[in-house]
Amino acid sequence: MLLTFKLALVTTLILLLIGIPLAYYLAYTRSKLKPVIETIVSMPLVLPPTVLGFYLLMAFSGENAFGRFCEEVLGFRLVFTFEGLVLGSVIFSLPFMVQPIQAGLQSLPGSLIEAAQMLGKTKPQILFRVLLPNIKPSLLTGIVLTFAHTVGEFGVVLMIGGNIPGETRVASIAIYDEVEALNYATANDYALVLFLVTFSILLLVYIVNRSFLKRV
Amino acid sequence: MQLSVELSLNRGEFVSIFGESGVGKTTILRVLAGLCEPDEGYIEVDGKTWFDSKKGVNLPPQKRGIGFVFQDYALFPNMTVEENLRFALKKGESEEVVDELMDLVELRALAKRLPSELSGGQRQRVAVARALVQRPSLLLLDEPLSALDHTMRSKLQEELSKLHERFSLTTLLVSHDPSEIFRLCSRVVRIEQGRVVKDGTPSELFIKERIGSSFKFVGEVLEIDRCDMLYTLTVAVGGQIVKVVASKSEREGLRVGSRIQIVSKSFNPMILKIDS
Repeated sequence: MLLTFKLALVTTLILLLIGIPLAYYLAYTRSKLKPVIETIVSMPLVLPPTVLGFYLLMAFSGENAFGRFCEEVLGFRLVFTFEGLVLGSVIFSLPFMVQPIQAGLQSLPGSLIEAAQMLGKTKPQILFRVLLPNIKPSLLTGIVLTFAHTVGEFGVVLMIGGNIPGETRVASIAIYDEVEALNYATANDYALVLFLVTFSILLLVYIVNRSFLKRV
Repeated sequence: MQLSVELSLNRGEFVSIFGESGVGKTTILRVLAGLCEPDEGYIEVDGKTWFDSKKGVNLPPQKRGIGFVFQDYALFPNMTVEENLRFALKKGESEEVVDELMDLVELRALAKRLPSELSGGQRQRVAVARALVQRPSLLLLDEPLSALDHTMRSKLQEELSKLHERFSLTTLLVSHDPSEIFRLCSRVVRIEQGRVVKDGTPSELFIKERIGSSFKFVGEVLEIDRCDMLYTLTVAVGGQIVKVVASKSEREGLRVGSRIQIVSKSFNPMILKIDS
């Protein structure tokens, strides 16, 4: 259980760090590559999780260049480890963080950035003091969707996680396991806890969001 | 449509760019501000080259030190009035100028309000104040008063005039309102079809005939009523609705929605003072 939330938290934080620059780039670039990058980012939305899981398994495994690189040069294994799950979840939940933030940025009037430029502000100053504070609901949406999506992830985790207790056995896998073993009671315990916790988190977030919107 | 403009401003002038919508007025401001790059051209300010397409010089807007007031004011929604002004300060700069400006444009009472809690006229004042925090030498205004009602416009026109004097600004104002230009500007540049067609004082541009000739109004016909041998036209002129009498020949070809010009001798009109 703890593992599930640890995975979701780490994934969300990493995606926040990666997602904001990526969303900023996509929102404002006029490059011809934009549709290509947007497609790549959106792929996890439509791709069956097992497909992604399979390719990640191939990429991560020690037989392949990337997997070997990680093991030999960076010192950690990607298959059947928590780190591998994190990487898989980051890839898989990418659009859930990037798209809301990108949409939020694109909905801001262009004159805000221009006004800040006229006042001599640099791009980072504009991003952190003008843009991000004005898309708080989008940031919140991104965080919540990413977190919830990672908690619910099953297909990818199954492929590259391996169901190792304490390491890669997240709640969604555990539930599946218990059902397979006909331990419906245990399965129900896990499922119920998961349901209640995610429900409470989402509820809290929507309440906070609403009071923020009222203020603005 | 190609925009091709050659223009020079003198320090301390209050100049207006005048013309119809879409003719390129805002683009001229944006090019000067560095928000828009012309295909070809040259901008020099106080001996310094800001833009030169031949030499590849393009000073970014952040470094041009211009005050710019946008048509939608562009106030930062997440900051209060005071914070919006403080944001304009450079690192380490004293906050005195913020206090001074807030008093000058009478914003002190609104200091802690967010832009969403302000009226149009209040927002406009914040936008102008914010543009002046860095004490720019050049102030660009993009139709700043177009969204306001008549009384507020007059009041703010006076404020702009005072600020222009007080801060020894060189101001460039985009406007389509002749009376506003008359009130504020010493020089008007008229743009048509992407080119400068006239450059002179407001009198030279707007007063075409000798004093005492005629009033000319453009209006739209709302209603045509017949009354014996004559017709009564109900016309919308500016913000007013008037009734004028028209002869059969004058009425010819007119229908509801027609645009007409009403010309009246202005030699002996009634002049009434409005108490302020």
